[in-house]
Amino acid sequence: MSLRPDLRVIADHVPRGARVLDVGCGDGGLLATLRSLRDADARGIEIDGANVSAAVARGLSVVQGDADRDLADYPNDAVDYAILSQTLQTVRHPDRVLAELLRIAPRAFVSFPNFAYWQVRWALLRSGRMPVTAALPVSWWETANIHQLTVADFRALVAERGWRAERAWFLTSDRRCGARGANWRAEHAVFLLGR
Amino acid sequence: MTVPRLSRCECAPKPRPVVARPAPARVLRLPDPLPLDGGGTLARVDVAYETYGELDGSASNAVLILHALTGDQHVASPHPLTGRPGWWERMVGPGRPVDPARHFVICANVLGGCSGTTGPACAHPDDGAPYAMRFPVITLRDMVRAQGALLDTLGIAKLRAVVGGSMGGMQALQWAAVYPERVAAAVAIATAARHSAQNIAFHEVGRQAIMADPRWRGGDYGGEPPAAGLAVARMAAHITYLSEAGLTEKFGRRLQDRDALRFGFDADFQVESYLRHQGLSFVERFDANSYLYITRAMDYFDLGQEHGGRLADAFRGAGAAGVRFCVVSFDSDWLYPTAESRAVVRALHAAGAPASFVELRSPFGHDAFLLENAELRAVVDGFLRAGER
Repeated sequence: MSLRPDLRVIADHVPRGARVLDVGCGDGGLLATLRSLRDADARGIEIDGANVSAAVARGLSVVQGDADRDLADYPNDAVDYAILSQTLQTVRHPDRVLAELLRIAPRAFVSFPNFAYWQVRWALLRSGRMPVTAALPVSWWETANIHQLTVADFRALVAERGWRAERAWFLTSDRRCGARGANWRAEHAVFLLGR
Repeated sequence: MTVPRLSRCECAPKPRPVVARPAPARVLRLPDPLPLDGGGTLARVDVAYETYGELDGSASNAVLILHALTGDQHVASPHPLTGRPGWWERMVGPGRPVDPARHFVICANVLGGCSGTTGPACAHPDDGAPYAMRFPVITLRDMVRAQGALLDTLGIAKLRAVVGGSMGGMQALQWAAVYPERVAAAVAIATAARHSAQNIAFHEVGRQAIMADPRWRGGDYGGEPPAAGLAVARMAAHITYLSEAGLTEKFGRRLQDRDALRFGFDADFQVESYLRHQGLSFVERFDANSYLYITRAMDYFDLGQEHGGRLADAFRGAGAAGVRFCVVSFDSDWLYPTAESRAVVRALHAAGAPASFVELRSPFGHDAFLLENAELRAVVDGFLRAGER
């Protein structure tokens, strides 16, 4: 099963047997991988009903819900790892969602497209219009991405809230790239946060 | 009006043979008196049940199907008297999510019912006359205990799954609360963990309709049941099983076999004719006193209240035992709306139980759980198979 590169990074770093909650899990692709490769106790929450049906039909424990509203239903330390992949930029209150993740789990994987990636900057500079790129393929008026952010923005929020960025991985054109100059060079970022 | 057709046990009035088809009814007398939530015990309890498929060598493939208010044990085979197909053949049968090819399927008529399990129409052991209103007021937990006793007798220590919709879903939740060690998975569809004020209100309308019928006679109607009252109760309830959009689509304001309004109180509208038919056909298959007792049991149902007011505490045992849950609601179901299912899911999270939940789309209201729905089938099938890996 081929996983999106940011999900591959996450899957590679979830310890065997861990309890995970994938927030915005789609049809459960990552959860299914974590269950089969990592023997994880894999649970998910997803807003789209058709995706939830598909995930449950795969035998995954997935509930239909909204990250902005329904994370409050989970008790403290319900799981070992929370996962928020490509979803942070779509929620109404990103800071509150991150705080909820770190309440539900001591650690959280968070991946997002980096709006400061040089191609995005160049597209904006050149055309003066909201960029449409491989990582951000949808026009501004129909994109679900209502809170675009950059690697530097994310680091600043994490520092301000007193969370810890334990590890970070950066990807460009589906390949890993270094942390140096990541705010320019990285198309996607994956962070492992701790409290 | 016809007499309710009652099958087996020592029920009175005696069933009239309507269709010359022998009922393969299986009735099991529980070995012990059944303790009741309302106090005391009920002696000589019969449980009528159906099974499909074979119990495997380790007795580990049993699935208990739980029926709704007016259902019966004939979940996947024709009703022996009416000849109508099983009420959930869309979910139970060859190639269906609950499949006799790999499951030993059990479905029992609930305590208080009128399809062979001991209920108000059955003979009181003391005098042989029907219990009628001498039958004790029962609860869903009493129904579940009766099912547990049935399984004890059948030699089934643990169920692979309990599956039900509406009142059946309430029993599925109750099963997980009462017997967490005896259930591997629970599927609760179009249901709630308690009866709301609105739910109780509609049931009270139905009960009052029955009791206002002069033929009810304090429950001692013998062979002349309060058919008019029961029919009205069914008509009112039936509306709650549908949706406004569904009614509009099916009937609109269309007239019944006429071109113009007749300025009278005949069934001018198709929807009136339909409801009257629903009411009349119901009284042929259901006992009025059973309707009183089962609706009462549903109204008393409040799983959280049974556990100190915290629903999550009802599921602590299930969470510790690792019972898996699948909760499904329908967007047009206003009888047991999605918010009720979400409350269940929230409690399951708090109790640490693995839970799946989805709100499916359907225009058909509460009845959607009984109708063809490929998504429902896929969800339940995948959920059950995941527990069989």
